[in-house]
Amino acid sequence: MGSITLEHVNKSFGGVEVIPDISLEIADGEFIVFVGPSGCGKSTLLRLIAGLEDVTSGRILIDGEDVSRAAPAQRKLSMVFQSYALYPHMSVRGNIAFPLKMEKAPREKIDQAVNNAAAILNLTDYLDRKPRQLSGGQRQRVAIGRAIVRQPKAFLFDEPLSNLDAALRVAMRLEISELHNKLKTTMVYVTHDQVEAMTMADKIVVLNAGRVEQFGSPLELYQRPANTFVAGFIGSPRMNFIDGAEAARHGAHTIGVRPEHLVVTPEGGDWSGVVKVSEHLGSDTFLHVDVDGIGALTARAPGDVPFRHGETVGLSPMNGRLYRFDAQGLAL
Amino acid sequence: MARAVSTRRKLAFTALAWIVALVVFFPILWAFLTSFKTEGTAIAAPPKFLFFEWTLENYRTVLERSNYFRFLGNSIITAVGSTLLGLVVAIPAAWAMAFSPTRRTKDVLMWMLSTKMLPAVGVLVPITMLFRMMGLTDTHLGLVLVLTLINLPIIVWMLFTYFKEIPVDILEAARMDGASLRQEVIYVLTPMAIPGIASTLLLNIILAWNESFWTIVLTTTQATPLPAFIAAYSSPEGLFWAKLSAASMMAIAPILIMGWFSQKQLVRGLTFGAVK
Ligand SMILES: Nc1ncnc2c1ncn2[C@@H]1O[C@H](COP(=O)(O)OP(=O)(O)OP(=O)(O)O)[C@@H](O)[C@H]1O
Ligand SMILES: [Mg+2]
Repeated sequence: MGSITLEHVNKSFGGVEVIPDISLEIADGEFIVFVGPSGCGKSTLLRLIAGLEDVTSGRILIDGEDVSRAAPAQRKLSMVFQSYALYPHMSVRGNIAFPLKMEKAPREKIDQAVNNAAAILNLTDYLDRKPRQLSGGQRQRVAIGRAIVRQPKAFLFDEPLSNLDAALRVAMRLEISELHNKLKTTMVYVTHDQVEAMTMADKIVVLNAGRVEQFGSPLELYQRPANTFVAGFIGSPRMNFIDGAEAARHGAHTIGVRPEHLVVTPEGGDWSGVVKVSEHLGSDTFLHVDVDGIGALTARAPGDVPFRHGETVGLSPMNGRLYRFDAQGLAL
Repeated sequence: MARAVSTRRKLAFTALAWIVALVVFFPILWAFLTSFKTEGTAIAAPPKFLFFEWTLENYRTVLERSNYFRFLGNSIITAVGSTLLGLVVAIPAAWAMAFSPTRRTKDVLMWMLSTKMLPAVGVLVPITMLFRMMGLTDTHLGLVLVLTLINLPIIVWMLFTYFKEIPVDILEAARMDGASLRQEVIYVLTPMAIPGIASTLLLNIILAWNESFWTIVLTTTQATPLPAFIAAYSSPEGLFWAKLSAASMMAIAPILIMGWFSQKQLVRGLTFGAVK
């Protein structure tokens, strides 16, 4: 079991309020991702749950039990750090066994758990190496191994993949998702990469300046963003925003349309503009189009569209794919 | 970096390093040579460099005339004793300052170091008086105490820099893994701190070994360590260069040998961990 509840959690560092007031319900077994720009308080929120920081006010409950003042060890959570934080003087085996040694588990149980974790994470051949003799991806797996042997109530990850190269990041992303499917343990995962958030999460918490902008499933956030911040943060390339007369024509302060929801035609269309740059990715083409009186818009077209730099094209939003926001940026 | 330096510059720097090293080392080399000369050859003008009759006479005389091993014993007791006592005090102090610093931590460190800026003679009178009143003059305990006190700021400062280098993440990981404070200290902190502690220990033994001002001033016969042994061959009996050199060689030999065997740790210590 591992449900986590935050009730009006507030955190200040010496008078600087980093998290004003967050309430959140994380159900047992869910994969939750905290996503947001750098400095928005993701790590702080995770460390509050872990018990590495104390809440200034508010309560944190794990399985309904108030742990706001409990030490990290008493919360029975495991954490994987961005820096891996492996014990440099211990072998891989020693690192993975450490949490069990701390709870004085019997020798056979430790050996079995370590071998099990090593098998799951493909570390069996490396058990006797020191962390410094491992690659980044292997170190990350050791950190995960150390987290799973204790069968915690929940896993906490703080940007675990950000020190890995792009290819490895994709592979590890899958491994972590598979691990979640296998263990079905609650996971709270911090990242600033919205692709990681979209692909891994059951539910995403979008944070901005210590506030929850929206909490929901990846598709909900994509299809019904609550405000311009979420709309702009989720989805790649970013949503196009249009202000002024054109927005007013749709009865909004700002309208937004995603690049993949713009239909590109040789002529006609709602907006007509000149192609500034066309980026060919093979599968898709991103067209950056300058539209008179509106500004630059990005459109995602099929890989084989013929439009080039300097040509005039027409752009129209697909039916029902236009988002409208009020002056405060809230969805209408 | 290393690759960008041209061969010629590398040669120039190597030559320069050798020259500096030779200049620094020359007095020791000269004392070494002199210790094998007769008193006559030792003051010969022009000085003889290598081609003289080598003799062990000086060493024999020095060993006969004074009890070298008592001095050596005293040096070992006071250097090791003061270092261990210093570590016992400094480890918790540096630990606290590194892992739970307050707003005043930096000030405390600076203040401790600033005591090293005062010339030792400045406190000569109060210290000798205190020693006399407390009956510490010419005792091992007195010497250990004073050596501990004068080197404590350096020990604390060195340990502090080492402890600071231990990533907080790793300590937090141990806490998450269920380690109690005691377990955290035993299984994680201490093993990671040991290289730093070892370097500090070695450096401090050398500092204590070589301390001559206080050891000469505060001892007379019983607790006299090796610096006093050297001094005994300079003033009272007139200047006997060859014997003085032999005595110096015997005084520095043990520490030189220790230094040779622990070079790696020592360099790390002297550069405050900058060399990995
Ligand atoms: N111990 C601390 N003392 C003072 N301020 C802190 C402390 N820890 C974090 N902060 C501040 O809290 C804010 C949020 O920090 P946090 O590390 O949670 O951001 P983050 O969302 O994890 O960012 P990143 O993506 O860069 O890791 C930052 O403005 C940071 O300066
Ligand atoms: Mg962070």
